Amino acid sequence: MSSVNENFEPKILVFACNWCTYAGADLAGLSRLQYPPNVRILRVPCSGRVNPQFVLRAFQRGIDGVLVCGCHPGDCHYTSGNYYTRRRYLLMKRMLEFMGTDPERFQTRWISGSEGPKFQEVITEATGIIKAIGPNRKMRDDLTIQAAFAQRDAEEEEGEAK
Amino acid sequence: MKKVGVFVCHCGSNIAHSVDCAKVAETLKDFPNVAFSTDYKYMCSEPGQELIKKAIKEQGLDRVVVCSCSPRMHENTFRNCVAQAGLNPYMFEMANIREQCSWVHPDDMEKATEKAIDLAKMAVSKVCYDEPLEKSYSPVTKRALVVGGGIAGIQTAIDIANNGFVVDIVERTPSIGGKMSQIDKTFPTLDCSACILTPKMVEASSHPNINLITFAEVEKVEGYVGNFDVTIRKKARSVDMSKCTGCGTCWSKCPTKVPSEFELGMSMRKAIYTPFPQAIPNKPVIDREHCLKFTKGICGVCSKVCPAGAIDYTIEDELVTERYGAIVMATGYQLFDASVYGEYGYGRYPDVISGLQFERLINASGPTMGHLLRPSDGKEPKNVVFIKCVGSRDENKGKEYCSRTCCMYTAKQATLVRDKIKDSKVYVFYMDVRTPGKGYEEFYNRTTEKYEANYIRGRVSKITQEGDKLLVHGEDTLLGRPVKVEADMVVLATAMVSNPDAAHLAQLVGFSYDKDGFYTESHPKLAPVETHTAGVFLAGACQGPKDIPDTVAQAGAAAVKVTALLSKDKLETEPSVSVVDQKNCAGCGHCVNICPYRAISLETIQERVNGKTIERKVAHVNSSLCRGCGACTVTCRSSSISLKHFTNKQILAEVDALCLQ
Repeated sequence: MSSVNENFEPKILVFACNWCTYAGADLAGLSRLQYPPNVRILRVPCSGRVNPQFVLRAFQRGIDGVLVCGCHPGDCHYTSGNYYTRRRYLLMKRMLEFMGTDPERFQTRWISGSEGPKFQEVITEATGIIKAIGPNRKMRDDLTIQAAFAQRDAEEEEGEAK
Repeated sequence: MKKVGVFVCHCGSNIAHSVDCAKVAETLKDFPNVAFSTDYKYMCSEPGQELIKKAIKEQGLDRVVVCSCSPRMHENTFRNCVAQAGLNPYMFEMANIREQCSWVHPDDMEKATEKAIDLAKMAVSKVCYDEPLEKSYSPVTKRALVVGGGIAGIQTAIDIANNGFVVDIVERTPSIGGKMSQIDKTFPTLDCSACILTPKMVEASSHPNINLITFAEVEKVEGYVGNFDVTIRKKARSVDMSKCTGCGTCWSKCPTKVPSEFELGMSMRKAIYTPFPQAIPNKPVIDREHCLKFTKGICGVCSKVCPAGAIDYTIEDELVTERYGAIVMATGYQLFDASVYGEYGYGRYPDVISGLQFERLINASGPTMGHLLRPSDGKEPKNVVFIKCVGSRDENKGKEYCSRTCCMYTAKQATLVRDKIKDSKVYVFYMDVRTPGKGYEEFYNRTTEKYEANYIRGRVSKITQEGDKLLVHGEDTLLGRPVKVEADMVVLATAMVSNPDAAHLAQLVGFSYDKDGFYTESHPKLAPVETHTAGVFLAGACQGPKDIPDTVAQAGAAAVKVTALLSKDKLETEPSVSVVDQKNCAGCGHCVNICPYRAISLETIQERVNGKTIERKVAHVNSSLCRGCGACTVTCRSSSISLKHFTNKQILAEVDALCLQ
């Protein structure tokens, strides 16, 4: 197994709260801290904005790992959003397991805007874990990006026709 | 077909040293909906911005992606830029390829370029579903409400009023003044409390911009920042305020005596009364629970003797609704009930008293006219024991937190005892001495050195009575041995706790409070007087235990926040707010419960279904209250509620862009 994974470069999606983790990632950059180039950050206003649907969609489209990162418990910019995240994603992990996907592909982490080094640490650790698990072939569909746009446009037209 | 322009910035060499910017621009040309793509050395510079504007006009672009630094850095710069070219500023997205790409992957150009391309594709996919958004505005009522008429409320009101805004103080008791009016002297200067408070009370009552609404409570709060509709219950005073002159004939003739709340039960007041001689307004109220006219239907002496004919037994509670732009909560605190500690015998031994009772006993206008005499037999106490942390720093019986003021007021009371009774001895049982404040440590040092107070580190295990003495059993933990002190009087430094109805009031107004019932500030360091509810501010001990200097400072801070709000003619609201698709909404109300800002409510709409008009409930978002967190969008079972600028479609498109080839 290890021989298969050595050259494997996973793609990891990070949902980052605008008020903490996104700023923490910026700080990591400002401090020139290096971490594996496998992650792509998607900015959301709050970790509580991350619908489980987004995570499932990412796995369906073949992502190897997903992180949802928000403010530390008690520090949510919007009072309570990260508490919903915490509860929601405990369930999410169990559901992924039930579906036969390694639940370790999916993680939630709390990183504040002042924790550049923690961002680096979390990304490095998560990349290692997901690399070891190997590529996600479980749920991948074979859509092309053009087809995805076409599908959305068709939905839009259908919606307007209604 | 959308026409997206992609502009890749080199940031000098900041990005270009590890990202092949030309390759990013070239690759994006083939991505769906991209009409134009280029790279440039400094996109944020004047020529860079001109390049974007020119491309928008020449290529007919309808949306723009800039791949450069963090949006926290230049999002506004580029939004203004596209707006100048005639696009809606929200038809714009940024891909962060500097802080989150080139800077963190300096040694791997291939991987960094690959990542930059992905980030650019995600931004293009999102921008495709951006919609033009407009900032909205709501009016501001230029009037403030201060709830609570203690020193916090008085100071806040004076500061707001001096800035030219009208402010109402609602006070629950018949007079403003609060706890500070009960205190004798203030640490560390030993200023007489009344001497510094009463001028402020007078200023508040005579200020042309301040209206005092005493003997009244907040009953209901509706609306939102800039426009709160507050219903106030003016309790029946039974005295016509416009006729009463405050001459005092009524209360001198009233036959009914009741323990005085102001004197903490240590002396009597009448059934028609003002709480204390300097009360403002200095006009009495009738205590209907004890007045013979109301309890037995007899007496009526006050109405007979009143020279102004101001007594009116028929006055009822009155409800008034006023509109305010901002609300300041300054509701103060209560003292911990020391009878929880049975071992101290508070309530059982008359000479075991609370710190506030001590203040009244030593006050010149108190029940003993300032002579320190013990309650049981009126003798002067020679040995006085103080016990600190009664209810504070005790998770089991009291509160976990430190009440912050007790170390100082105990030191102050110890010096006052030594000052008044020259041959007295004072003992202070303490856990720690905490004196963080200007001149506080110096004051404490004087207490132990000049005033020779005996500080004993340790808790008291019990107090027993022997003859007319109290025997205080404790432990000196520094010497490691038990101690017994014979005392004539014991003073308990009781903790500051929240008002019993603090939580109820917070729910009424709509903001959060902590496990101890203190009101939660928006940020413990950077927003200490704001609440999470826009337009509601905090001043004083309702937010947490604090002394008078801190309270006054916080009151001033709250007043500045209020005037900053009221000085605006209209409030700008961020356009990235939630919106409900009412056709699709089933009215389940989950979003109503999850919203931390109470921005969502259910409203009834009329619909035509199969030729019939039906009524049903659907969610509605008040965009002035919504802060755009998106919690509601996730809780919605039917995806009927969407967050503008961060719609499900946009985020899913970003996910697709990242994953698909």
